[in-house]
Amino acid sequence: MTGLNPQFRFDTLVVGAANRLAATAARTVAEAPGTVYNPLFIYARPGLGKTHLLMAMGHAAAGIDPRLAVEYLTADAFLESFAAAVAGGQGEAHRRRFADVGLLLLDDVQFLSQRREAQAELIRLVDALQAAGRQIVLTSDRPPGEIEGLDERLIRRFAGGLVIDILAPDYETRVAILRRRAEERGTAFAPGVLEAAASAGSESVRELIGALHRLIAFQAASDAPLDAMQAALLLGSSEAAGVAEDGPPLADEPPGDEEQLPEPAIDAPPRDEFADFLSEVSATVSQQVESWRARVAEAVLRWEGEGYRTARLERLLAEEIVADPHTSLDAFAQDIERLRAIGAELAETAPALSGSAELFDPDNVAAAEALLERARQGANPPPAPSPHWRLESFLEGASNRIAVRAAHSVATDGAGRYNPFVIVGASGVGKTHLLHGLGNALAARGGVVACLGAHEFVDELIDAIDRDATASWRARYRGVDAFLLDDVHVVAGKDRTQDELFLLFNLLLESGRQMAFTSAVPLADMQGIEPRLLTRLEGGLVVELPAPDRALRQVAIERLLAARLDGVDPELAGYIAARPADSMRSALGLVQRVLNAAEVQQVHPTAALAREVLEGAIVRAPRRAAARVSGVLAPTAGGIRSREKMVWEWPDVAARLIEEWR
Amino acid sequence: MSLVNFTAREITCKIVYYGPGRSGKTTNLQYVFGRVPETRRGRMVSLATHGDRTLFFDFLPIELGSISGFTTRFQLYTVPGQSYYNATRKLVLQGADGVVFVADSQARRFDDNIESLQNLQENLLEQGVDVRQMPIVFQYNKQDLPRDLVLAREDLDDALNFRGVESFPADALHGSGVFETLKGISELVLRKLAVGGPAA
Repeated sequence: MTGLNPQFRFDTLVVGAANRLAATAARTVAEAPGTVYNPLFIYARPGLGKTHLLMAMGHAAAGIDPRLAVEYLTADAFLESFAAAVAGGQGEAHRRRFADVGLLLLDDVQFLSQRREAQAELIRLVDALQAAGRQIVLTSDRPPGEIEGLDERLIRRFAGGLVIDILAPDYETRVAILRRRAEERGTAFAPGVLEAAASAGSESVRELIGALHRLIAFQAASDAPLDAMQAALLLGSSEAAGVAEDGPPLADEPPGDEEQLPEPAIDAPPRDEFADFLSEVSATVSQQVESWRARVAEAVLRWEGEGYRTARLERLLAEEIVADPHTSLDAFAQDIERLRAIGAELAETAPALSGSAELFDPDNVAAAEALLERARQGANPPPAPSPHWRLESFLEGASNRIAVRAAHSVATDGAGRYNPFVIVGASGVGKTHLLHGLGNALAARGGVVACLGAHEFVDELIDAIDRDATASWRARYRGVDAFLLDDVHVVAGKDRTQDELFLLFNLLLESGRQMAFTSAVPLADMQGIEPRLLTRLEGGLVVELPAPDRALRQVAIERLLAARLDGVDPELAGYIAARPADSMRSALGLVQRVLNAAEVQQVHPTAALAREVLEGAIVRAPRRAAARVSGVLAPTAGGIRSREKMVWEWPDVAARLIEEWR
Repeated sequence: MSLVNFTAREITCKIVYYGPGRSGKTTNLQYVFGRVPETRRGRMVSLATHGDRTLFFDFLPIELGSISGFTTRFQLYTVPGQSYYNATRKLVLQGADGVVFVADSQARRFDDNIESLQNLQENLLEQGVDVRQMPIVFQYNKQDLPRDLVLAREDLDDALNFRGVESFPADALHGSGVFETLKGISELVLRKLAVGGPAA
């Protein structure tokens, strides 16, 4: 039981003709809440005892059933708590607050006038309480139908219960009230004094009590008790003074002093057509303007129910006049749509972030965008170039000068120069090294560089399709600052990959982001690649990376030897470099064979050893050695003495066989 | 003309009284003018011939003051009824938020009413206004004339009011039905606030 004044009980209520009906209804309801008049609506002008009656019901009901939860609150308090709940996103909690209330006493509901959102809440509350057999009692200073801007649904609900009024107390009741209050205050008055006060013109009980307080104070300060005349003069009712002693001459007469009445009676004015017109127009305009508020309030409840922050809409509600609410509501809905889209993408890319608070604040969509961007970058960044391959460490020689310098140029100038940059060359000539080196150089300039093999690209796409996550997969690459794809010829015949690559290509090209590709197949010879993609690759700079010349091989071999041995034997390096090799990989493979043999024999590698290994005596490598052999061993004593005469490696055997077949 | 200006917090309703010549459009405005307090009304502009025929148009601005925070004003216009002033009628009709069609209830004016209504529809269509979207009410004026001279409201509804909008019998000379008509059209116009949002 909350908020009840202990003084306001049925036994302190003076019942007269004016409030007998209301008091009887109130007692009935208090004795059996939720069973008879529900809701009970009591209206009366201010100061006639509505609040007293309301609280008396609370005391009586709680006295009968102590387990009954009684809640008293004013409409103001209801509005305040509702607004606070809405602002705090606790609308549901606000409803739950009343879930267990058995008797709800709501005072002064006229303050809900024009508060559509609170009215809607009250409708829900009334419905919920009624459905649960709980009692609701309301008071107002006017009948429901006269409360400006009160929702018709509320009016109908009130009318469905009992609407009852309290009239101004008659003279006898006024005297009785004064006597009881004087007794409660322990003050005795001379005969006629209270009667004079009752005749002083105050119809409001509150004013009557105020008059009594003045009399008590005056008498306490006087040497002699007040008489009726003094009381009348004190309360400003000289006409009453003359007759007070003779009885109740003014009983039930309407008071003449309009200032003391909160709502003076309005005589019907002569018919004023313009006033009627104005009144109707005003009502219509108010209704229409308020309908905006209702729409905003509905939007608040809807979005709040979905967990979104609605502070922006609540600010609209708080304003006296909303700016064009269509625009505001549309903008709000658009922001929520964006948040939803971001949430959907996050659910794919970073499920752990999909419940983040940023996704529920339409006032800060930028934060959600930033979250998504971070997720794109951090949660699953695209493959980066291998740090082992640097552009600076790529050897430049006469044979590959054009390609290497072009790569340096791309690394220096960015996408402005050659876009796309395509490196074509046979297997093992260093395309991948050059591509990753370029990637690292571009990454050093800042930004996200994706560098991966086409095989990996295809596999990722298949996986994304499998997980139904192509959108995030695409986003991952569409956000990069440079895109480098190794072995682009691998996408031949893979239509879906080519589609994706085509779209990505266009997007990156339009936005001026660098792309580079390598291919082991000259573009002109490519089969199974869509012309639209092929022509786009050809539209950039296509450079050939040829097999390394001898000088280049020597430098590379010397570098490898220097890395593996203490010093470089120029004769050894020169010998190996002079051996035929169609790629840098095979040249370095020769070095590896020599080094393996030296390791097996536990000798220092020399040109002689190399000659022996590569041309003559067999040096059996341990099985774990990775040296490639044909499997045919030269007999130690036979016609073939020189290993040089043997073909040890058969590059592209299958291709050659097919060629023979043709 | 914008019906609601949220920025300036204004509601301006332009209501045009349309109808055949001598049906009582100006009389409607004159009656309203006579009932609006001086502080609320602007000067009534009326350009008439010696024979009291409206030459150009009548214009009566009414200030309703601040309603729900909006400065609300009504602008009442009439069009010249005579057929040869169609250019003026089109001009006045531009930007109208609502139309009161003032029909002459006299049986002998039946064809004039029909012709004027068709003219209204043509002029609205010409301005790209969907007739069905335009708030309109009918006023059957001169209902105070002897019964045998005038058509009953039902007959006039049958002939003119095929959309079934509100219609008001009136005696504009003595004021009967004048404000009822104005209230009727005002409500229709203002209700567009909620339905379609700010009118263009």
